[in-house]
Amino acid sequence: MKIVNKFNMSLYARSANEGFARSCISAFASQLDPTLEELNDIKTAVSEAVTNCIVHAYKEKLGKIYITAEIIEGGILRIKIRDTGCGIENIELALTPLYTTVGGERAGLGFAVMQSFMDSIKVSSKVGKGTTVTMKKKISPRITVNG
Amino acid sequence: MAVEITVKGEVMTALLSGEIDHHSAAGMREKIDSAIDSNMPSLLVLDFGGVSFMDSSGIGLVMGRYRTLQKLGANLHITGASPQIEKVMKLAGMNRLATIN
Ligand SMILES: Nc1ncnc2c1ncn2[C@@H]1O[C@H](COP(=O)(O)OP(=O)(O)OP(=O)(O)O)[C@@H](O)[C@H]1O
Ligand SMILES: [Mg+2]
Repeated sequence: MKIVNKFNMSLYARSANEGFARSCISAFASQLDPTLEELNDIKTAVSEAVTNCIVHAYKEKLGKIYITAEIIEGGILRIKIRDTGCGIENIELALTPLYTTVGGERAGLGFAVMQSFMDSIKVSSKVGKGTTVTMKKKISPRITVNG
Repeated sequence: MAVEITVKGEVMTALLSGEIDHHSAAGMREKIDSAIDSNMPSLLVLDFGGVSFMDSSGIGLVMGRYRTLQKLGANLHITGASPQIEKVMKLAGMNRLATIN
């Protein structure tokens, strides 16, 4: 697995950065010439992961979100979104659709969106240390008339 | 982020625009809820015509309004959703709660 291109960023876990983060990843992913639907899938999944860092990981302090995006040989986009917040006690439970630890206006569908819009998602987490979500999506090359 | 409310008889329409995420959803919720409070519609039309992006925060927004309307015995209608929004709504099974077109 050869990494062809890579970009890193870290930003404050402020809700104002949700739109900024998905725009950055979307601009980076554009190199793979994705369809509009693929690009929207990526944006939506990134928005979910970043929002989770802001809503769940850092409850008391203003933490940071670390994002890495890589293009791997063969047209695969790999995105890592990491926080150093509270961590997830039971990952399997957290991944269950409609499961949420925040009542009220959260649907509990963030992980379900990531799972269904990306090809794969891996969650690793340690209570008190933080959480890393790694997602992959293969962007199929499109046949163009002019090459 | 913007919410534009129009009322015609018992039908209240909320035209939403911008991007719906956790950052913008709270402000939209407040505007829609205060308009529901003062107009007491029997039908709420959520028009996504101006929305360019929505994540699961938008699902929370719709589900929350759906619950409020249920208590009032009112209905919910969703319209103007782009393919991206429709995909997120379908995943959430929103088509079972409201009429979508
Ligand atoms: N980065 C994180 N740090 C700590 N806990 C997390 C993190 N991400 C997710 N969780 C936990 O996993 C649960 C499920 O996350 P998911 O994104 O599926 O739903 P949600 O965020 O609660 O609701 P929604 O995403 O629909 O608004 C959360 O309620 C939270 O308890
Ligand atoms: Mg979430």
